[in-house]
Amino acid sequence: MTGEGDISSDARATRASPAVIKAVPVRHPGRWVAGAVLVLLAAMVIHTLLTHIPGPSPGTTQWRFSWDVVGADLFSPSIIPAAELTIWLTVVAMIVGIVGGLIVGTMRLSANPLLKGAAFFYAWFFRGTPVLVQIIFWYNIATIYPRLRFGIPFGHAYWRVSPDSIFTGFVAAAVLGLGLNEAAYMSEIVRAGILSVDAGQLEAAQSLGMRRSLTLRRIVLPQAMRVIIPPTGNEVISMLKTTSLAGLVGMIELYGWSQAEANRTFQTIPPLITISIWYLFMTTVLSIGQYFIERHYRRGVAGQSPGTFAEIWAMSIGRWGHAEVPNASQPNPGPMPEEHF
Amino acid sequence: MASASGPMVLAEHVHKSFGRHEVLKGVDLVVERGSVACVLGPSGSGKSTFLRCINHLEKINAGRLSVDGVLVGYRERRGKLYELNDRQVATMRQGIGMVFQRFNLFAHLTALENVALAPVKVKGVSRSDAAGRARALLARVGLGGFEDRYPAMLSGGQQQRVAIARALAMDPKLMLFDEPTSALDPELVGEVLDVMRDLADDGMTMIVVTHEVGFAREVGDVVFFFDDGIVQETGDPRTVLTSPQNPRFAAFLSKVLS
Repeated sequence: MTGEGDISSDARATRASPAVIKAVPVRHPGRWVAGAVLVLLAAMVIHTLLTHIPGPSPGTTQWRFSWDVVGADLFSPSIIPAAELTIWLTVVAMIVGIVGGLIVGTMRLSANPLLKGAAFFYAWFFRGTPVLVQIIFWYNIATIYPRLRFGIPFGHAYWRVSPDSIFTGFVAAAVLGLGLNEAAYMSEIVRAGILSVDAGQLEAAQSLGMRRSLTLRRIVLPQAMRVIIPPTGNEVISMLKTTSLAGLVGMIELYGWSQAEANRTFQTIPPLITISIWYLFMTTVLSIGQYFIERHYRRGVAGQSPGTFAEIWAMSIGRWGHAEVPNASQPNPGPMPEEHF
Repeated sequence: MASASGPMVLAEHVHKSFGRHEVLKGVDLVVERGSVACVLGPSGSGKSTFLRCINHLEKINAGRLSVDGVLVGYRERRGKLYELNDRQVATMRQGIGMVFQRFNLFAHLTALENVALAPVKVKGVSRSDAAGRARALLARVGLGGFEDRYPAMLSGGQQQRVAIARALAMDPKLMLFDEPTSALDPELVGEVLDVMRDLADDGMTMIVVTHEVGFAREVGDVVFFFDDGIVQETGDPRTVLTSPQNPRFAAFLSKVLS
């Protein structure tokens, strides 16, 4: 080897591996203090969870949180149908909400001022009144419309029916109240999703001879889904909890079950803890499903890291708003998902 | 009915306003079948707007505009004009391909799906036939092997070539190019122009709005210089680009070529 070659390879080696920086890191005493306070608080909470208090009769004690009662109730035969009813209500109300939201949201963007106005009015009315009031209103609808007539408007009726006989009154009340209210919120989500699709996509579809309805179905909505799905997942989780209002019009879903159980045993708290565990379990399952659906609809979008599962999960537990998943609309310099390569 | 003879595009006194702002102030031009027309002009001269009028992405306010002997956007019966409905406009557009400055590939579909979607959904071609044709078209624009890539995974030049293949999949009789290389990095311009040159050699009728004077000189059969909403000068690119008659055209060329 020539001396020259040695020099250049030496130089290359020096350039490739400069001395690793050894510096005293910045100290963060505040973090240690905050951490210590949190650990202390957590220890106190866990302690209260695991302690006993004096029982109803003298000389006895019981778990502060009635874990024995909760444990016995958690899979009792009566709670399983209640949990199923909660799921059924969530699914049916969300179907009403999503279908209604697609219709109302699309109407909001119509060129027809009447359709636009009607959609605006719908969202204004249903978002502006409490859903609890709506449910109780539907429950009592028969006092305003004792008979429903189907036929020519203001003319002959071919079919007359009592509202109560369509569904059992409280089922209709819960589904209509929850679903129609949800449609108002979903319409805003759908509208935002459609507006997020670049106008150039529509022009490209039009220039290929695609009609408006085809463009909406094949080009606009699939791309709007990326924006629509994350908040919709939050809506499902929120709906799962909001179905508890149906307990107030006599449905024995989880909350209704807890009230019946409280009346039966004269104990208010244990059934509430029991159903809270059920709600937490079901919202956790939904969050996991949401993660995978979001990953599916991110196809073809570069530069948007999915966010870790934990991040999305943390975001979606919240109630309204603040619940947008990070990175759903902002470009992120993170690496592209693996399946893109 | 489409006429086999006569010009492909005929514009007579075409006017277009956005609100009170008049963009086209009486455009007259003729594009013959099988020819390549290059439209030059400063930004704001109305050249892109005119191109968008040809496939009715913009409605003209006055004048007459026809493609292949058929009025654009209207039907004439007994001296009265009737607006075409959504379905009729869509049918008319099938014969006119368009390539956009910003590519506008469907972001949720792969390159192959981008090319094959419209033939399947609009023309009713079978999926397998459309996929086969799409592969052939992608190979033609030099993108064999890129079928399964999403637009975000392609360079600008590759995206624009997919967009050209997508437009060709509908077998158009006329292709409109709206500044197809303006959004590209300089080193990617050539690959797109090569595909367009290839298309011109095959006899496609093309209208190209561009700033590429070299392309106009080499490939164009006719050059239209737009300024202030009208065609200021028309001619054979080999003569008109070297010795423009209109002083504005001369000034424009000296700016572009310097």
